[in-house]
Amino acid sequence: MSNSFQQPPEVPEASITKLRWNIPIVWLVPAIAVLIGASMLVSGWFSEGPVITIGFKTAAGLIEGKTQVKYKDVTVGTVSSVELTDDGSSVIAKVELARSARSLATADTRYWVVRPRLGAGGVSGIDTLLSGAYIAADKGPSPEPRTSFIGLETPPTIINGTPGSTFVLHADDLGSLDVNSPVYYRRIQVGRIASYQLDGDGQGVTLQVFVDAPYDRFVTGETRFWNASGVDISLNAAGLKVNTQSLATVVAGGIAFSTPRSGANPPHARPAKFGLAKDQQAAFEPPSGPALHMVLRFQQSLRGLAVGALVYFSGVEIGRVTSIDLDYDQSSHRFPTVVGIDVFPLKMGSVLQKLKAQGNTDDQTGRFLGDLVQHGLRAQARSGSILTGQLYISMDFVPNAPKVAFDPKVQPLSLPTVSGGFDQLEDQMTSILGKINKMPLQQIGNHLDSSLSDLDKTLKQVDGTVLPQTTSALQQAKKMFGQTQSVLSDDAPLQQSLTQTLDEVRGAAQSLHTLTDLLGRHPESLIRGLPHEKAAAPQDESK
Amino acid sequence: MSRAWAFLLAAMVMYIPANVLPVMHTAMLAQHADSTIIGGLLEFWKAGSYGIAVLIFTASIAVPCGKFLTLTFLLVSTQRKASGAMKERARLYRLLELVGYWSMLDVLVVGWGSALAGFGALSDAQPRIGILFFGLVVILTMLASISFDPRLMWDSRNQ
Repeated sequence: MSNSFQQPPEVPEASITKLRWNIPIVWLVPAIAVLIGASMLVSGWFSEGPVITIGFKTAAGLIEGKTQVKYKDVTVGTVSSVELTDDGSSVIAKVELARSARSLATADTRYWVVRPRLGAGGVSGIDTLLSGAYIAADKGPSPEPRTSFIGLETPPTIINGTPGSTFVLHADDLGSLDVNSPVYYRRIQVGRIASYQLDGDGQGVTLQVFVDAPYDRFVTGETRFWNASGVDISLNAAGLKVNTQSLATVVAGGIAFSTPRSGANPPHARPAKFGLAKDQQAAFEPPSGPALHMVLRFQQSLRGLAVGALVYFSGVEIGRVTSIDLDYDQSSHRFPTVVGIDVFPLKMGSVLQKLKAQGNTDDQTGRFLGDLVQHGLRAQARSGSILTGQLYISMDFVPNAPKVAFDPKVQPLSLPTVSGGFDQLEDQMTSILGKINKMPLQQIGNHLDSSLSDLDKTLKQVDGTVLPQTTSALQQAKKMFGQTQSVLSDDAPLQQSLTQTLDEVRGAAQSLHTLTDLLGRHPESLIRGLPHEKAAAPQDESK
Repeated sequence: MSRAWAFLLAAMVMYIPANVLPVMHTAMLAQHADSTIIGGLLEFWKAGSYGIAVLIFTASIAVPCGKFLTLTFLLVSTQRKASGAMKERARLYRLLELVGYWSMLDVLVVGWGSALAGFGALSDAQPRIGILFFGLVVILTMLASISFDPRLMWDSRNQ
């Protein structure tokens, strides 16, 4: 080794290394500095994400360079500028997104400003009270890039990617429901209302309801939704019952749903749209199904029948009155009432299953109804309450109904009518009253009056003459009784003499007895006279 | 000579990230903010604290920039073997040496802030990477002025 160091060719090589070391080592310092600076610049260049613009109605809470954009609570960008649009109708916030958040610059991403919000359903964004508002983002599924967005004015109820299902409900009105109102299943909050909008024709409200993941499988085709807002108070024999989902629904409203036990429908059999019933009871009524419109012509006045009055078939509610119009019959100069009704055949329930064989088309329905009319099906306006005079329509089989023509082809179907039960009763009452009216009540009254005065006279006579005579007769009778009593008393002379007489009679009887004895023993004495006492004695002994 | 140049260049390079990157992170009642030197300066100026703004300007912009300019001037003039205003240049050099460590004021402010404003959730201040670069700038300029041999100035006269 030491030999190799002393080799002569090494010297020029050393001079070369010396040349290389001409640059002092201190120059490494700026080189490193440049390297660091360049790396920072490059990393900054690479960490710079896309710049997007978000339109908002107002810039409340947005501060240039301060307001952050957060996705899943991670800061992914900053508002770099807030400017008015050219027409001044809204503001545009320019946001510099981080490179890691470049996937947020896609078409379905939603942006909204998180501010403190206080609602009946709860408080949100309370942290922004101190930190100031920030822009929250929610990524959608679309990969299509986009840099210009319209911000939401209210936070979306459902953040994308939340496990669960959205259901569409249809209701007549919104009631006290609102976005974020809770949805309950067995009184557990399982979801909330995502949005609602008025139908295009203004005839109802469509609600989007989001049910969280483990619970959405309880929504099947049989599931019924109902508005659980407010308090349901019922008073019956069992006592007062207050029914409410939770205190929050009393104030903020809510929806509850339940699935009847019979419903074994798998979740995929869900209908596209559920109905939202007014209350739980209404929710579990059999579905009314499509309506069958019918027209009824009544000859009599229908005071007390209102639109919405119920239509019963054999005591089962199957429809409602939809219109009441007057008609004019020129031939008879009468004004019949034309009542339009909507009948929901599905409300007949299981009966319908048996009738299903008849078919469902209008034509078949008409023929089937014609058959029923042949057998006496008639509509009647009946009184539901004598007090209020409210009428309802009853469809029933009337025995011995007069035959009428029924055309099953005419739409809407026209069902023959008979005057209703109450009308009949009214007629009878009227005839009874007429008969009563015809009675000679005046004469009857006069007769009655004279008869009564005669009676009065007779009574006076009785009072004046018959009564005193009766009194004296009674007095005499009393005297007689007194005499009789005195005769019959113990110390009365009659009684005494009677006793004496009886004693004497007894004595007489005794002597008669003695006589008969004597005669029995000595019958000859009757002829011979009484024998001597002594002679008689041996004779007796010999015998 | 080349040492001074190297340090000066390194300091100048470092001065860029020191100004661009945030030097301090403040959190006041959940209001988070990263502030750079110039950003903080403008904020103080807008808030009406002109004194503090001027102080920060002096410490973090005027002094470092002045040092760069001065050192560059001294180095260039020395290399060119300029023979004029020798006295003034020597005085400038002494001033440079004197001012040198005072530019650590910014680093000090950040240090104090971090130490004093730590009230948990209420308020918090933390240094950020920018202040490290700023500190490096100060150190590198000091090294540059140390490695600059003022005697070289007078060599030109001897030749």
